[in-house]
Amino acid sequence: MPPSEHELRLRQRLGRLRSMPLLGGAKLSGDLQRLERQLDRLQQEATDEEIWRSVQLARHDSRPYTLDYVERILDDWFELHGDRFNADDGAMVAGLGKLDGRTVALVGQQKGRDIKERAERRFGMPNPEGYRKAIRVMQLANRHGFPVVSLVDTPGAYPGVAAEQHGQGGTIAESQAVMARLTVPAVACVIGEGGSGGAIAIALADRVLMQENAIYSVISPEGCAMILWRDAGEAKKAAAAFKPDAIHCLELGVVDGIVPEPEGGAHTDPDAAATLLKASIVDALDELDGVPGDELRRRRRAKFRALGVFA
Amino acid sequence: MSNIDVSVETGDKPAPPPKHPNTCPSCHSHYRDDELEAALWVCAHCGHHFPMRSRARIDWLLDDGTFLEEAADLHSEDPLNFFDLRPYTERLAEAELSTGLSDAMVIGQGSIDGRQCELAVMDFSFMGGSMGSVVGEKFSRACDSAAERGTPLISVTSSGGARMQEGILALMQLPKTIAAVEDLKDSGQAFINVMAHPTTGGVLASFATLGDVLLAEPGALMSFAGPRVVQQITREKLPDDFGLAEQNLRFGNIDAIVPRPELRGRLAQLLRLFDAPV
Repeated sequence: MPPSEHELRLRQRLGRLRSMPLLGGAKLSGDLQRLERQLDRLQQEATDEEIWRSVQLARHDSRPYTLDYVERILDDWFELHGDRFNADDGAMVAGLGKLDGRTVALVGQQKGRDIKERAERRFGMPNPEGYRKAIRVMQLANRHGFPVVSLVDTPGAYPGVAAEQHGQGGTIAESQAVMARLTVPAVACVIGEGGSGGAIAIALADRVLMQENAIYSVISPEGCAMILWRDAGEAKKAAAAFKPDAIHCLELGVVDGIVPEPEGGAHTDPDAAATLLKASIVDALDELDGVPGDELRRRRRAKFRALGVFA
Repeated sequence: MSNIDVSVETGDKPAPPPKHPNTCPSCHSHYRDDELEAALWVCAHCGHHFPMRSRARIDWLLDDGTFLEEAADLHSEDPLNFFDLRPYTERLAEAELSTGLSDAMVIGQGSIDGRQCELAVMDFSFMGGSMGSVVGEKFSRACDSAAERGTPLISVTSSGGARMQEGILALMQLPKTIAAVEDLKDSGQAFINVMAHPTTGGVLASFATLGDVLLAEPGALMSFAGPRVVQQITREKLPDDFGLAEQNLRFGNIDAIVPRPELRGRLAQLLRLFDAPV
């Protein structure tokens, strides 16, 4: 890409980012400048490098996971367990808590920190039982008028024999269908890896946010590289081709806003990252306040039905 | 642990029956092309279901001369300037030339045994039946057309999943088609899906499994993750019928397996039961 065209595109990106209504975090003092600095950096670095940096930060070992945010942004957290059929899937957490004074239902994939917890939580890859737990809690929220907050962080749904037997595909579809029927506000934020069907299962929301260094994609860079280059080592090239970073997702209209992270990534200061995340979610919920349920549902479906590029 | 995504299929090669050596992949018996076509691409000896092209299926399912195609002129764009070994636009042009289709789904209205319905049929020959923006839009329009005209929607799926070359927008076709199905259901119309081989990844995880009635062709693979991926990640030994329609029936994931020669009759029956307009 010739430099002039590249600069033009970056200026457009900046313009769009500045005019976005949903940059809740950016309203905090100093954060707009910080965001601008981070975006300015884009002008110096190759886009492909930035994309790969996002991939690495999104998967960083010390990146805050769903429950790290839960303890920082919710008061009075009560975790709910089980799908009421046959299991409690640790790869998906769900529960009730107070967000800035209002009761919300929160669902989200959960990765583990140490080896034992990673295995127990299956690296954040839910089984159908996990999605059924999310479905159950979202329906509970709908009955009681609680907004739904979902935090997306998964490499993808678990690819296991039992998962397939228990209807992995159909359950992921049903979870989205349940969200398409909600008459309460729903806000989703991709906080790490937004991997494919396993991610969108809980992301059919009125407002979809993405942390600055999160990724959101139809396939993992390694999976894409395996299929197209027959070599998982070409992951970096693959990521550059399908562009899973937040800025590209914003440009394509897939997410409504980017949640800033502390300089260097969310893992450098989880408390600050949580403060920024909370502000963005609260802002999004405030915006949706007072919209009648039927209207929320109509707009939500229309928003997703408008996604796609064709001639 | 990261290459577990399942949503894609490049599918450059046209899938329909191999011209040579004309042997059934299942029982190795020989067949003649005209015989196979007359048998609806089902092996006369073992019942193996070969892929069936979308236009052939529509011609066979619908009453003669009733098909009115919709949205035939929709074409994919290349929002990401996607380039792997070849540009996406080149793959698209090649697929169009080899299949005579504008993308991997054909939609339109027609009737079966005099009962009106909307039809959305996927074609595996077009880039592995992968779902990108055009498939998502066509399916959504089929939902709207059915709702407006007050008829049931019948879809036939055959897909490797979401179309990787359209990146995140391909993933967004999952919620898009699901929102369209929910609008259709709110209008009171029935939705019937038939899973042909293979119905996998993003298509299985979206509209395909949301039918009021779910049918499958014998031997159709219906898995979210492909067998190879599952084996690679879990190191589990896969059951012989892993992800097949037969296993899905046993586990309660579908309503019935219908051999292709009986499909038209069973769909006609469902249209009667759902009181489709005559």
